[in-house]
Amino acid sequence: MKPILVQNLYKKFDQFFAVNDVSFEVESGEIFGLLGPNGAGKTTTIKILVTLLRPTKGKAFVAGYDVTKNPGMVRKNIGVVFQDTTLELDFTARENLEFHARLYGMSDEERKRRVDEVLSLVELSDDADKLVKNFSGGMKRRLEIARGLLHFPKVLFLDEPTLGLDARTRRKIWKYLKEFKGETTIMLTTHYIEEAERMCERVAIMHKGKIVAMDKPASLVKEFEGEVVVVKADNIDKLKNKLQVNFIERNGKIEAFVDNAEKFIAKLFEIARNEKISIEEISLKKSSLEDVYVRLTGGEV
Amino acid sequence: MSDLQAIYVLLMRDVKKFVRIKSRLIGSLGMPIFFLVFLSLGFRRAYIPSLPAEVNYSNFVVPGIVAMVLLFSSIFSGVSVVWDRQFGFLREIIVSPASRTAIVIGRTLGGAITAILQAFILLSLSYFIGFNFQISKLPIALFVMFLISLTFTSLGILFSVFMRDVHGFQIIMNFFVFPVFLISGSLFPISELPPIVKELALLNPLTYGVDALRWSTIGFTEVNPFLDFLAIFISCICFIMLAAYFFGKTEVE
Ligand SMILES: Nc1ncnc2c1ncn2[C@@H]1O[C@H](COP(=O)(O)OP(=O)(O)OP(=O)(O)O)[C@@H](O)[C@H]1O
Ligand SMILES: [Mg+2]
Repeated sequence: MKPILVQNLYKKFDQFFAVNDVSFEVESGEIFGLLGPNGAGKTTTIKILVTLLRPTKGKAFVAGYDVTKNPGMVRKNIGVVFQDTTLELDFTARENLEFHARLYGMSDEERKRRVDEVLSLVELSDDADKLVKNFSGGMKRRLEIARGLLHFPKVLFLDEPTLGLDARTRRKIWKYLKEFKGETTIMLTTHYIEEAERMCERVAIMHKGKIVAMDKPASLVKEFEGEVVVVKADNIDKLKNKLQVNFIERNGKIEAFVDNAEKFIAKLFEIARNEKISIEEISLKKSSLEDVYVRLTGGEV
Repeated sequence: MSDLQAIYVLLMRDVKKFVRIKSRLIGSLGMPIFFLVFLSLGFRRAYIPSLPAEVNYSNFVVPGIVAMVLLFSSIFSGVSVVWDRQFGFLREIIVSPASRTAIVIGRTLGGAITAILQAFILLSLSYFIGFNFQISKLPIALFVMFLISLTFTSLGILFSVFMRDVHGFQIIMNFFVFPVFLISGSLFPISELPPIVKELALLNPLTYGVDALRWSTIGFTEVNPFLDFLAIFISCICFIMLAAYFFGKTEVE
């Protein structure tokens, strides 16, 4: 059975569906990325998969076990790194890991060996005996990832593992994950689309509780290939209000995602003439996963 | 097997934090020490009809203050599950293979042990300021202390299940913990209370705990040692089961 199998999953909060008919599966050993804007329902989906929330409707299986009928077995087979920290701040790094190891029933010998191993993997050996409350955000994150890996989970869930980290630390974290991975199946969420493009074998894009696209990053780019028109103008704000396509603003330029560049450019000049905006620069760009993402979710990365 | 390990680590976590965070120990012993000293001083010549002549008020009130320490500390430990929920650590525990029952038992034991440590420190201090208790019965007193703190730690956990955030803690302190303490016979014999209030006191598990504690330290009892043990034992089991049941049912977000 697939390590993660989700069938028509719903989660309702009060009157609205945070997860609205979501289905997907993840292959064994795969790194699967869930992308989507704030509030898309990524964390809610992960919370259901790790047995913290009960789905309103639908089925989900992790490591072959039903998350509602057999949560105990699911918990035995997973590791979780949550979006916000879940460390015991009054403990040292080592104590946090030892606590975890015992909670997962590891033997004394294995525990000692493994704790040292993951500490050195995330380069925290020198800080192992410092209290976690004195750690920086990056150190806490690395420790949490080490903890998630500690007990060799079959399926590892990472909710924004690189949130708020500098570029160097982010790279390191991806390196640890690749190094460690082995047989483990990884499902993660991230807002760093270019990282997902590089790291994930497959990604799903979630928007307002639904999965709007899912495939290999390269295939997604191909499938949703549109054109990206980059425009520089003297009055960008005015232009923004008149455009009727998805776009982002980057480096003082507008990047618009369109199906047909020729038609769009003609329209653009018409708007410019009517609104008395002068266009300074126009160019075309090859679309990336990020462009696909923006097109599908309607702006705002 | 792994549940035993889980109980052990959860219990050790409470003990470690207790030993490590000195301010909490000092903070939690300050008030009872003042109670002890000033109540003993203030009431040392007071005449309380239902106290026999050979029981002086100082000796009477020490077990009451010990019970107070157990009550406050246990409730606090139990309710601190809410802090864990707010700071996220509860999720680390909840997604682990440890069963919900093991989690409740581990926390209850941890809360009970730290409560007893504090109560024991207070008892030793009171010995040096002239509280003469029957040392031979100390194991029995410790057992009573254990039952009292299990009861109220699990009750604290039960509260935490229904609390959204830490702000509810003040309400619990003012509208539950203090009344329970004041009508438990800790500070004065329940026989001094008007009949209706006395009935209420007899519904309070702490009344039996205090009475058992008094019986096992100074030999004085208002109720009946056998009834005391039965009542406190039954409430202990009930609250642990209720806490395990409701804790097991909650979603943790
Ligand atoms: N316990 C809850 N009660 C009510 N609404 C909730 C609850 N948890 C989440 N929501 C709502 O569900 C929606 C999805 O939230 P979720 O945390 O899954 O988003 P997300 O995709 O993880 O977003 P982000 O990228 O910001 O982390 C949001 O609108 C959120 O407000
Ligand atoms: Mg989220």
